[in-house]
Amino acid sequence: MKLRHTSTTVPNKVDMQMTPMIDIVFLLLIFFLFSFKIVAVEGDFNIRMPAAGAGAAALEPQLPIKVRLIADAEGNLSGIQMADRPVASFAALHEQVMSIVGNDAGPNAAAANTEAELNCDYNLKYQYVINAITAISGYVTPDGHIVKLIQKIKFAPPKKPA
Amino acid sequence: MKFERKRPTDSPEPDMTPMIDMTFQLIAFFMVLLNFGESEVDARIKLPSSELAKPPEAQFVAPLVLQLTKDDRIIFGGEPIPIAAMDRHLRNERRFLELNGTDVTEATVVLRADADAKTGVVQEVIQMCQDNGFEKFALRAKQELEEKR
Repeated sequence: MKLRHTSTTVPNKVDMQMTPMIDIVFLLLIFFLFSFKIVAVEGDFNIRMPAAGAGAAALEPQLPIKVRLIADAEGNLSGIQMADRPVASFAALHEQVMSIVGNDAGPNAAAANTEAELNCDYNLKYQYVINAITAISGYVTPDGHIVKLIQKIKFAPPKKPA
Repeated sequence: MKFERKRPTDSPEPDMTPMIDMTFQLIAFFMVLLNFGESEVDARIKLPSSELAKPPEAQFVAPLVLQLTKDDRIIFGGEPIPIAAMDRHLRNERRFLELNGTDVTEATVVLRADADAKTGVVQEVIQMCQDNGFEKFALRAKQELEEKR
């Protein structure tokens, strides 16, 4: 009997079809590429503000700090006052707050009981309020840690211009 | 003279492995960075910046996100609505929280107000929330890396 010689030493290489896989992979890549958007890191200033009258007795402040933010006609900041005295800038406001509730090591014992009240003009741009809250509520140390100063912040009732 | 017969040469196949490696790496990169949870972020709002704005460590209990544009409208459910119409929505939210057994005073109102929005309007929104029983507020700002104070 004559046996046909079959080659068993080198098997035929099975080619995998790469095209569909590459198609899908590129499709996925394009999908993720287009749905990708760079979002700035966001954070919050947490404020507990019950309605007037509710829980007011429990939050009796010992050292109220009154900050007034004055706006010009465009809504830009035209003046800062603390306890009715003018303050040059938010950095100066921070220094004054630090002199009351802070020391070299961070907040002092008075910080926990101190409350700040922001009295802002109606048309003042909100960015300045956040700047004021930043100046009052803490600072960032050179190594990136946040030191909290005044956490009790409230707003004076809004006064709509006539 | 002997001529060698030319054999049909195999079509040269490029090596696809590095390209596929790179492509998968890119897909993995974009997949990890893609954040569907940030759907509340609205490009119409340009948040104020602050160096103290750090992402919260824990999630809020029953957060209610209100986005205030600079033209005094609140984006609620993707649609800009006038502030006066917000009271009805806040009452609904309160009712919904009460039905779910959540105390409205424990719910947090996350206020994403535009940097150019009027402070008085922001305060009016806060007051409206207070009138509906909300007490906890989170004033949102974007993180500022360089010191500008």
